[in-house]
Formats: sequence, structure tokens, C-alpha cells
Amino acid sequence: MAMLEITNLHAQIDDKQILRGLSLTVNPGEVHAIMGPNGSGKSTLSYILAGKDDYEVTEGSVTLDGEDLLDMEIDERAAKGVFLAFQYPIEVPGVATMTFLRTALNAQRKKRGEAEVSTPDFLRLVRDKAGALGISTDMLKRGVNVGFSGGEKKRAEILQMAVLEPKLCILDETDSGLDIDALKIVSEGVNRLRSPERAMIVITHYQRLLNHIVPDFVHVMNKGRIVRSGGRELALELEANGYAEYQQDAA
Amino acid sequence: MNADIRPIRTPAEQALIAALERPVAAAGGRLADLRAAAARAFIEHGLPHRRVEEWKYTDLRALMREAAPAVGPATVAQAEATARAFAEVDARRIVVANGAVVPELSDLAPEPGLTVLPLAQALTEGHPLLSRLGGLLPARYDASLALNTALATDGVVLHVAAGARIARPVHVAHAFSGGVAASYARTLVVVEEGAHLTYVESFEGPDGVAYQANTATELMVGDHASLEVVRLQAEGVAAFHLATLLFEIGRQADVRGFTFTAGAAVSRTSLYATFAGDESKAAFNGAVLLRGRQHADSTLFVDHTVPGCESRELFKHVLDDGSRGVFQGKIVVRQAAQKTDGRMMSRALALSDDAEMDNKPELEIFADDVACGHGATCGAIDEELLFYLRARGIPEREAQGLLVQAFLGEAIETVQHDGLREALLERSESWLKARG
Repeated sequence: MAMLEITNLHAQIDDKQILRGLSLTVNPGEVHAIMGPNGSGKSTLSYILAGKDDYEVTEGSVTLDGEDLLDMEIDERAAKGVFLAFQYPIEVPGVATMTFLRTALNAQRKKRGEAEVSTPDFLRLVRDKAGALGISTDMLKRGVNVGFSGGEKKRAEILQMAVLEPKLCILDETDSGLDIDALKIVSEGVNRLRSPERAMIVITHYQRLLNHIVPDFVHVMNKGRIVRSGGRELALELEANGYAEYQQDAA
Repeated sequence: MNADIRPIRTPAEQALIAALERPVAAAGGRLADLRAAAARAFIEHGLPHRRVEEWKYTDLRALMREAAPAVGPATVAQAEATARAFAEVDARRIVVANGAVVPELSDLAPEPGLTVLPLAQALTEGHPLLSRLGGLLPARYDASLALNTALATDGVVLHVAAGARIARPVHVAHAFSGGVAASYARTLVVVEEGAHLTYVESFEGPDGVAYQANTATELMVGDHASLEVVRLQAEGVAAFHLATLLFEIGRQADVRGFTFTAGAAVSRTSLYATFAGDESKAAFNGAVLLRGRQHADSTLFVDHTVPGCESRELFKHVLDDGSRGVFQGKIVVRQAAQKTDGRMMSRALALSDDAEMDNKPELEIFADDVACGHGATCGAIDEELLFYLRARGIPEREAQGLLVQAFLGEAIETVQHDGLREALLERSESWLKARG
């Protein structure tokens, strides 16, 4: 059974149609890249999967392991294993990163009927994962993302992903605002999480990220639907030719 | 021709005037004069109403329909069962039940540098410290304080000798028990030159009883002295709480005041602070957590009369249901008070569409070389923040709780004493948990 099954998804915001019949199947262990020009609906798709209620789904369905994802509360989706790494991670003043991670992890475990993680186990877990991503203890004590640089925020997102161990990782423009060194650290962090049980949707505008996170499938999105799918080589073709061809087709 | 329009006295005013006209025991000389003057002022002006600017949002004449009769004494058992606040904090505790010190529950033993005695005892003995009482009365008539001055017969007198640094906080725990009645308590805190004290006061009583508690505390802070004041207003939810705090701050002194307000149906806390010596610092902060139909008014009046002082005010309100918060802050900088640095900030978080916040910051500046500022904000929980937390698996209520806790934390974390700060953080957590 597919992990994620998106069928003929239509969605709008303030009466503006964004998704117009998007279908996508993602199986465990697969990494799918979604590419496309600005405004094609890539970020909207990620928000709808995470449960942001600014969007109204007007047609179609999304299932996660056969269950209706669109029917679930935001936090329920997270507990079921959906994780969105935000394009613009938000600053949460006054909530220390450690407190935040622990509250999130234990809330998810509670919802799944698992025991809470003990303090020593939790500290060890975070220290290991943070070290690999070059995140200092000082950053963990600060408010979530408060005073972090763009690169630090992206690394912090990957740390959250590593600690929460989701089933389906959605990375929304994780490469934006990263220099080449930061891109490497983030990509390595993501690659460490690749496993036969876990699937990933990597949303990006440029093929650059896909040199580091090598996808199994590449999809081109335009005007709210997937207009072409292929293997890795499709990303390289897009890099060479741009999106103009697809935009003309759709126009 | 001007006609002196005398409004008709309300039943509450009539009852209060009747109480004021009864003789009060155990006061002679200057104190008797103070009481008489306070009583005359009340009889002349009565309860303030919405056309009196300082009481604009807390119309006492409308809110206080009736004046409750004077309270009788509480039993030791009642007092012990009610005064629960800060039990986990290592402090010298003095319990004031229904306006009277309960010796059985109070630590009145002397300690080097520290004098603690019940006000009633000081009055009987004609204690020399009484010459300091009533010394900080504000220029303008304040009904709540006038009633307290005229009617309080007990409370606590605290004195810290010059240079003495009292390590353990002194906690005056006010407890009300019984039916509908009114209690008055007066406290005097004198911190002499170079001394240090952490002074705590808490107010508790039964839920569902519309009792009326009136308290006033005068605090005199000497040169180079430091004082931290932590107040917890956790009165029963049907109570009426009127509090006055009067500070006089000497030279190069350091004063910190924090008020945590979560109780009473209607409360008003008026704080008057006067910088009387230069180069001192004072911070008056607060956290106010309201629900149901609760109304809480925090009114601060900070008077810079001398140069080079710094004042800070930070108030955080969290308002649920149909509750109403009021913040009025006034900073006056007199002509002589050059190099004054005065700032106030009031932030409110509304958890419901029916909550109301009234902010009224005022600056009155007569000096030309000063740095003063104020700000006020009012809003709901940020939906983007909430989405981010929920997207990590934190359920909505819990996510709201974390964000509210973070919002309040900025104010509560200014409390210096570790045990008191932790206790207040815990209180705010349990308040949030009670939201369900």
C-alpha cells in the first residue's frame, strides 16, 4: 500500500484556485522531488498536507497509510508521522528549543500510546543529533529560532525532524537562503534520515539541492498540477532548459 | 452661579460613612489625626466613579453596590487552612487573618537587624516606628487608601536596621474566612540605609463569598538599600480587593516590585512610588491572569522628583472569557529630575473575543534632559506560531499554554528570588491547566 496517496486534489485560498487536480503516489523509502516555477502551488501542497486551515480543499482526497489525512487535526497528522520542514521557520520567543522539542516528542508519543521519553534519554538524543548538525548547546537553550541566522533556522528544522523521526518528511525549499557549506550540512542531515520505512517529498525551485539529496522521482508542477514526472535526469534537464516550456504548455 | 452638585449617596457610601463615624479604638495623637482626616475626606468625596479620571475604568460607586459589615475574627484553624500561598518557599511567615495578626501562625521572634510586630501591638505600645506610618500619603484623595487609613486597626510593622541584609523573605500572608464582610489591614515596611529585604504579601480567601478586602502597605526604602516586593493576589473569585502600595525611595537604592494577580471578582491595585533620592532604580512589573467576568485594575503612579533615577514598568495581561484588564501607568518627571530614564510597557493577550483591555499610559515631563517611553499592545495568540507548534504534534490547548506561558514568562522572570519566581511560574501553569 502506498504511504501517501494524493488523488485529483483541488484547493483554493480566498476563492483563488491554487491546486487543480494534483495526483501523487509516494511509497515508503522513496524520495520525491517536486520542482516548478514560483506560484505553481508547491508550498500550498506542503501546507495542505501539514493541515494549515487557510486553504480549502474543494475536490479530491489525500490518504496516509489508507487513512483520510484531510480529516485529521494538525497535531494528529504530526503524531501519525507527517513533518513539514518550513521554508521560513518561525521564531517562538520564550519557548526554549529543548522545551519545545521535548513537549512535541512527548505529545506525539502520548497520542500514539507510547511512554514519555525520560530526561536523560531525551538529553542524550538531542545532544547526539544536534552535534551532527553543528547546533550548539547555547542555541538549544534559546527560544525556538530566536536570533538564529537563516542557515541556523534550517539546521534547527532538520534537528526537529531528526528528533521526531517522522514517517513522511516534507521539505519546503529547504535550500533557500543556504550557502554551499550550510547546504551540505543540511543535506547530510536529511540523508542520514533516509530509510526504507521513511518517505520524503523535497520541494525545491533549483536542482542544486538534488545534487546532495538524490531523489528517486522528479515531478514538475505548474498551475496547480503535476505536468511531468521522471527520474533524476529530469531535474538536470530543467536546470538546462528552465521551466519556460511547461509554462507555455499550460498557458 | 455654581451649584455644588452633590450626588446622592449610594447605600455603600452610607454604610461606610456610618462605619467611619463609629470610634476606632487604640489610636492617639498623630494617628488619630490621620484617621480623622481620612474619614473627613471620604465623607466629603465618597467613592470614586467613572468621571474621576484615575478610576475611569473601575467605577467603584457602580461596582461596589453595598459595603459589607466589619468582619469578625477568624479562628486559627480557618486562618491556617486559608493561608496556603508560597508554603513551599522558605520564608518568615506572618499570618494576617480577617485583618488581624494571628500570633499562633506567625513568626514574630526577633532576629538581628529585623523587627516584626503586629500593628495593633505597636499602637498599644505607642511604638516609635509609628511615627513613620501615614508618612507617604499621596497628594490626591484616594478613596481606597482613605478607608484603609481610617479603618485598619491591625497589620504588620516591619523594620530592617541600617546595613542589615535579611536573607529569608518576610511573608505577610493575608487570609480571609467567613461570610460577606469587610476587612482592613495596614502594613509598614521600613528598610534603612544599606539594608536588604525581600518582602512578600499574599491574599487568599474562599471562592464564592463576596467579601471585601482592603489593604495598604507603606514601604520606605533608605539610601543604598535594596528591596524586592512580591505580591500574590489570589483572593476568592467573588471577592472585592482594594490595595494601595506606597513607596518612597532614597538615594542609590534598588527597588523591585512584582504583582501576580489572578483572584477576586473586582480588584484595584494602586501603586504610588516617589523617587526621593537621586540615582536610584525601580522596576514595577506584573502578571495578570483573568477569566470569567473578573475585572482587575493596575494603576501606577511613578514620581521622579530628583535627578538620575531609572524606572521600569512591565505588565502582562492574559484575558480569557469576558474578563477585563486595566493598566494605567503615569510617569511624572519633575523639573529637577534631569537624566531620568523612565519606561513602561503593557502587553495584553486576549484568549477570547469577549475579553477587554484598557491601557492608559501617561507621561508628564517637566525636565528637558530625559529618556522616557511607553508602549501598549493588545492582541490574540499568533495563529502562525500556533500552527508551527501544532505541526510538531503539540495539541492546540497545550500549544496555546506554551505560548501564554512564554508571554507571561518575560514578566515573571524578572522576580529575583528563585523560590518565589518558581512558585509564580507554577501558578501560571496551573492557571492555564485549569482552562482544560
